[in-house]
Amino acid sequence: MQSVHIASAYDEELKFLSKRIAAMGGHAERMVEQAVAALVNVDHGLAQKVIQDDLVLDEGQREIDDKAIIIIARRQPMATDLREIVGAIRISADIERVGDLGKNVAKRVASVDGRQPNSLFRGIEALANLALTQLKEVLDVYASRSVERIGLVRDRDDQIDAMYTSLFRELLTYMMEDPRNITPCTHLLFCAKNIERIGDHATNIAETIYYIVTGDQMPADRPKGDKTDKVVLPGPVPAK
Amino acid sequence: MAETGAGQDNKGRALAGRLARNRWLLGAGVLAVLAVYFFAGSSAYVLLLALAALAAAAMLPADAERQPADVGAAIEASGLQRLSGEYLAAAVADPLIIFDHSATIVHANAAAFAAFGGLAPGMSLSLKFRAPEMQALLDGILAGEVASDAVDYTEKLPVERTYRVSASTVGHATGLYVLVFKDQSETRRIDRMRADFIANASHELRTPLASIAGFIETLRGPARNDPAARDQFLQIMQNQTGRMARLIDDLLSLSRLEMKPYLGPGTEVDLRQTIDSVIDSLGPLASENGVVIEREFANAPLVVPGDRDELFQVFENLLENACKYGQSGGRVTVSVAGGEDGQQPGFDVTIRDYGPGIAEEHIPRITERFYRVDVENSRAQKGTGLGLSIVKHILTRHNARLSIKSEVGKGAAFTVHLPAR
Repeated sequence: MQSVHIASAYDEELKFLSKRIAAMGGHAERMVEQAVAALVNVDHGLAQKVIQDDLVLDEGQREIDDKAIIIIARRQPMATDLREIVGAIRISADIERVGDLGKNVAKRVASVDGRQPNSLFRGIEALANLALTQLKEVLDVYASRSVERIGLVRDRDDQIDAMYTSLFRELLTYMMEDPRNITPCTHLLFCAKNIERIGDHATNIAETIYYIVTGDQMPADRPKGDKTDKVVLPGPVPAK
Repeated sequence: MAETGAGQDNKGRALAGRLARNRWLLGAGVLAVLAVYFFAGSSAYVLLLALAALAAAAMLPADAERQPADVGAAIEASGLQRLSGEYLAAAVADPLIIFDHSATIVHANAAAFAAFGGLAPGMSLSLKFRAPEMQALLDGILAGEVASDAVDYTEKLPVERTYRVSASTVGHATGLYVLVFKDQSETRRIDRMRADFIANASHELRTPLASIAGFIETLRGPARNDPAARDQFLQIMQNQTGRMARLIDDLLSLSRLEMKPYLGPGTEVDLRQTIDSVIDSLGPLASENGVVIEREFANAPLVVPGDRDELFQVFENLLENACKYGQSGGRVTVSVAGGEDGQQPGFDVTIRDYGPGIAEEHIPRITERFYRVDVENSRAQKGTGLGLSIVKHILTRHNARLSIKSEVGKGAAFTVHLPAR
């Protein structure tokens, strides 16, 4: 990991940052997991808990920002250390956004009654599993610093996009079948979008870690598999 | 042989110990004898004799009450105290991690590596185990608030596992702590399985049951005296009961798989032989559907770690699907590519059909339970909607991947990537 500094307090400060990031990451993983569980099982109590848990992440981000600024001011860090600190600021911002997205999914539980087809919830669960696997893997890479695994993480974003596109289509179909489905399906659409965004934040974190460890930016050819911008279903024929 | 050697070694050490303990007495004696010799000027023989007698006295076992202490010390020195922490950790079957006051991993046993991959000495534990309850456990122990503590910890991905994790300090003021994971997944999974089984079964069995009930009603009412209709209805009812039976079989086999998501180490399978026997067993189905199975791989054995019955089921399900849904293509090819491609060495088994293919939007989702691309066609082919779910489950257990490539009108290719050891 980091090399040892003469001032051991400096090492302690850097360690504090990474430890705090990991704690925030664990918290965000748990929130997303519970938000999706609340959505699938229509569990309003769990949804409320997730909404309240978001405060912890907001506070974590503020704390990391403060600490990082103080370290920069006091220690005038260079090279790896500077990247480590700037990276921590960026990663904590991404994790905080992940928490917000989880919270937004939890908020929508009240608007989606459980009467939607089972396959929709299974689809959202599968999408969430993909996104959470990705988040877990990047945070694991943050712990182990084995950047050679990052390519794998970024490729997985493809699967998430493909899954999201498929769910998007299915939701549109249900909405066209029966206008009464429009309200819950729109909420589910936002839930799916939120979860897809979590995957994007995980990819961002992966890129930041790559930068921290190697000092280089990752090549920019990030795969883009989200094709919902092109999904058009023929509308029902209006009655004459 | 080694034992007697060790015994002699012990005896030698005990003798040396006795000498060491008596060193002051011995020193004083030697000094006294030397002094007498110098001042009295007697003969050198007397001197040697006196010195020899002194040494012999010192080597004799001292007194009776000292002996047990001697033996105790010898046992302690040869046993527990000299036992390496690593050997002790390796002897524990549960994942076990030893860490220091900054939550940095000092040592992790083989079970921990197997369970949590990506562990390395020098890595920070609180970065690896991020769940809030684990963070609280580590913080509590390291702050010295408690000497030992335990929490329940659940990892949801890649496979759900639940552990009872206990943390405690090691010895007195060693600055080391130990974390032991007791696997509780099975109990948790049995509960879940029961709930899932009931939900799935009731949902999926209701449709055929409703149709059977409807036909019975018709048979007792309007169609009571219509032999032609009666035969037709009975045929439909028989099909529906067959479907229910298959559904229950598949649900049970999926539930069994979910019970034990991790594969025990050790067993190996010859892929070539497994695939050949799958092809043989599906011969009748293939000819019934007018499909020719072409095998495109060498005859050399391809050994991978895995469970034969489970891998048999994987290839059986995939090949059966290819024969049923790719029927219009008239042929199905099974090919094996070996080698180093991708991140890990292993074998790619591809089962390719030349049927109608699968539309892009369905591909990411066809491994979900009960997800059907075409409900009518699936029912007609006696599908339960669980085949690929089972495949995916088994492959996850084998650390393997399934990738699906297909274009509408051009058939579909299902590739299983199995890692070699």
